[in-house]
Amino acid sequence: MGQFKVLKSLVVDSLDTITKGSLKYHLWMGFLTIVILIGMYCYSIQLDEGLSVTGMNDRVSWGLYISNFTFLVGVAAAAVMLVMPTYILKDIDFKQAVLIGEGLAVSALIMCIAFVIADMGGPAVLWHMIPGIGVFNFPKSMLAWDVIVLNVYLFINISIPFYILFRHYQGKEAKHNVYLPGAILSVFWAVAIHLVTAFLYQGLQARPFWNNALLGPRFLASAFAAGPALIILVLAIIKRFTEFKVEEKTIKKIAMIVTVAAQINLIMLISELFKEFYAPTHHSESAYYLFFGLHGKTALLPWIWTAITLNVIATAMLTFNKLRNNLNVLYLCCIMLFVAIWIEKGFGLIVPGFIPGPYGKIVEYLPTGIEVGVTLGIWALGAFIFTILAKTAIGIELGKLQFKSKKDTV
Amino acid sequence: MSENKKWYSLDLGLNKKKGSSGSCGCGKTEGGCNSHKEELSAEEFYEAAINASIGEERHKDGFEQVFDVKMDRRTAFKKLTASLLIGAGAVSTSCSLTTSGDAKEKAQIDWEEQFKGNYKLMTDDEKKKTVDRLMRSYELRTGKNISMTAENAAEDVLFGYAFNISKCQGYMDCVSACVEENNQDRNSEMQYIRIHEMKDGEGFKFDKADDNYYHEVPQEGHFYMGTQCFHCDDPPCVDVCPVQATWKEEDGLVVIDYDWCIGCRYCMAACPYDGRRFNWSKPEVPENEVNKNQHYLGNRMRKKGVMEKCTFCVQRTRKGKNPACVEACPTGARIFGNLLDPNSSIRWVLENKKVFRLKEDLGTEPKFWYFMD
Repeated sequence: MGQFKVLKSLVVDSLDTITKGSLKYHLWMGFLTIVILIGMYCYSIQLDEGLSVTGMNDRVSWGLYISNFTFLVGVAAAAVMLVMPTYILKDIDFKQAVLIGEGLAVSALIMCIAFVIADMGGPAVLWHMIPGIGVFNFPKSMLAWDVIVLNVYLFINISIPFYILFRHYQGKEAKHNVYLPGAILSVFWAVAIHLVTAFLYQGLQARPFWNNALLGPRFLASAFAAGPALIILVLAIIKRFTEFKVEEKTIKKIAMIVTVAAQINLIMLISELFKEFYAPTHHSESAYYLFFGLHGKTALLPWIWTAITLNVIATAMLTFNKLRNNLNVLYLCCIMLFVAIWIEKGFGLIVPGFIPGPYGKIVEYLPTGIEVGVTLGIWALGAFIFTILAKTAIGIELGKLQFKSKKDTV
Repeated sequence: MSENKKWYSLDLGLNKKKGSSGSCGCGKTEGGCNSHKEELSAEEFYEAAINASIGEERHKDGFEQVFDVKMDRRTAFKKLTASLLIGAGAVSTSCSLTTSGDAKEKAQIDWEEQFKGNYKLMTDDEKKKTVDRLMRSYELRTGKNISMTAENAAEDVLFGYAFNISKCQGYMDCVSACVEENNQDRNSEMQYIRIHEMKDGEGFKFDKADDNYYHEVPQEGHFYMGTQCFHCDDPPCVDVCPVQATWKEEDGLVVIDYDWCIGCRYCMAACPYDGRRFNWSKPEVPENEVNKNQHYLGNRMRKKGVMEKCTFCVQRTRKGKNPACVEACPTGARIFGNLLDPNSSIRWVLENKKVFRLKEDLGTEPKFWYFMD
C-alpha cells in the first residue's frame, strides 16, 4: 500500500516538474507539440485516403517509415553500450549517462512502434498480431520475432530505470541484485533486437541487396556508432541546460565507443563495396543504383554520397585522440555520424532493396509531403517523450524530486 | 516414370498431408490447417486440434476462439475485445432500439466481421457464416445480390500452369479478362498479370523488356512472356506473414484472407516474382462491372490497405473451369490444369515439352512453367 502512495506521489511530482520550466523549455515543448499535431493531421489524411498519399507503390513498397524504423531500432539497441560498462563492468563513470541512454532507448522504441503502425495498411486490425487473441506466425515470420523482441526490450528498458528512479525517489539506494539480472539480460537483448531486425531483410531471397550475411553485423556496428553519438549530443545539451552534472570523462569514454564502432562500420562498408563492384553480377544492380545510378535514374546519389563523405570524415577525425578530446569537434563529429548513418541505414538501405524490382524494373521513390509530415511528427513525439522522461529522471537524480521531502512539507 | 519427376518434386506438400507440419506455416498447431478440415466433422476437428496441441497453454491461446464454435466463448471474446478496442459506435448502434432494423443488422454484421477469426482456421460452419454475412452486407448496402462461396480444395487436385512463349502475341486479353473477373481496382489500374515485351535475339532480358506498352501487337522483332503469381510450392511470402493471413491451400493455391491481412507488405518484399499487389487506396469497381460470382479467397471485394494477388481464379477453378486468363487467351498460349491428373493437358505439356521456370535457383518451386513450340 505504501508503495502505491509513493507511486501516486511520484506521478504527481513528475507531472509537476514536466509542466514547469524555463521559457526555453516551454518553447521547446510547444514546438514539439505543434509538430506532433501536424504529424497527426497528416496521418489522419493517410488513414482516410490510404497509403496512396505516400510515395510508395507496388514496386517500392516500403519507404521512409520503414527506413526510420530500421534506424531507430539501432538507436534503441545502442543504450546497451552504456548499460554494460555501468552495471556489469561496474564502471561508475557511466551511471548518470545510463539513465539518459535508457530513456533514449524507450523513446526510440516508441518511435519504432509508431513508424510500423504508420506503415500499416490496416491499423484497425492490428489486434490480429496480439498473441492470445490474434494469430501469430511464430516462429516462421521474422516480423513476429521482431514484435516480440522489441516489446520485451521496451519492457526491460522501462522497468530498470523505473526501479532505480523509484528507489532514489524514496531516498533509498537501488538494490543491485534486483536490477542487475535485468541489466545483463538487456545487454543480450539489445544485440537481439538489432540482429532480428536485420534478419527481417536478410532472410529475403527475393532481394539480393539485403540477402547478404554482413547485413546483421553491419547493423550492429552502425547502431553502436549512431546511438552513442546521439547520447553524447543529448548529454551535451543536458549539461548545458540543466544542473545535472555530466563529467567530461563520461563523454570521452562514450566517444571512444563511437569511434571504435564507426571504424568497424567503415571496414564492413569497404568489404561490401568490394563484393558488389569487384566482380559485379546482376545481384549488384541495387548497389549500382544506390552508388552510381542505373539507366539514368539517380535519385539516391546525392544522399548516399553525402552519407559516405560524412561517415569517412567523421570517423577519420574521431580516430585522432587530439581531435576527439576536443569536445566541440567531438560534437560536430557526432552530428555528422548520426546524419550519415541515418541516411545509410535508413533509405540508403531500404529503398535500393526494391530497385530494380524483381524483373529489373526501375521505379524511383520519393516521399510525399504527407509522409514527411508523419515522419517529423513521430520524431517530435519521440523527442517529447524523451524530454519528459529525462526531466523527471534528472529531477530525481538531483534530489529535487523526493518522496520524503514532500512529506515533510505537507 | 521419369516424366513424373517434374511434378513429384512439388508433391512434397501432398505427401505430408497426414504427417508432419506441411508448409502451411502454422507450426505446432498443425491441426488447424486445412489438411484435416475436409475430412473431419467440426467436433472431430476440434478434438484433433486439441490433441495436436501441446499442454495446457494451448487451450487458452488465440486459436481457441476459432476452434471452439460454442456461442458463449465467442461472445465472451467479443466482450473482451470491446473493452480493448474502439468499436464504440458499432455497439451503440447495435444496442439502440431507435435505429431501424437494417441499420442495426448492418452494424451487427460490421461488428461480427471486425472481430471474426482467421479464415484459414475456421470450420466449414464458420466459413459459411462469414460468407453469408458478407453477402447480406452487400445486399444491405447496394440492394443487389451477390453469390459468394467458401468452397474448399478438392481431393487429389494440385493446380499448375504452363505458358507457351512461342504462341503469346502480347494481345493482353488475359490482362483485361483478369481485371474484370477478379474485381480489381479500376482507379489504380491494378493488374495481376504483366506481359513483358522482349526483343528477339536477346533472350530473356526482363530488365530491358517493356511491361507497360500501349502500341499495336505483335511488334516486329519481339516476343512476349507473361508473369503473374506462380503459386510456389514453397512460397516465401507465406513464411514471412506475421499473422498467417496468407497460406497455401491443399490444391496448391496461394491465397490471402483479405480481412485478416494487416497490410504490412512484408509478403510483397519477400516475393521474388512481383506476384503481389497492395490496395494503396480504396479499391473501386463500378457497380455494373462487379463480377458477382465470388469466392471468399478469390475475387470478393477488397478493402483499402490489404494485399491481394492472382488466385488462379479460385472461384472458377474449384468449380472445374479454367481461370479467366486461360479462357480469354486468343492464341492458346496458356494452359491450366490438375497436375495430379495424368490425362490433363498440363501434364501433357510437362511430359512432352522442354519446360523451365523462372528463378529456380531460389528454391521456391513455382507451379508455373514456360515452354516453346
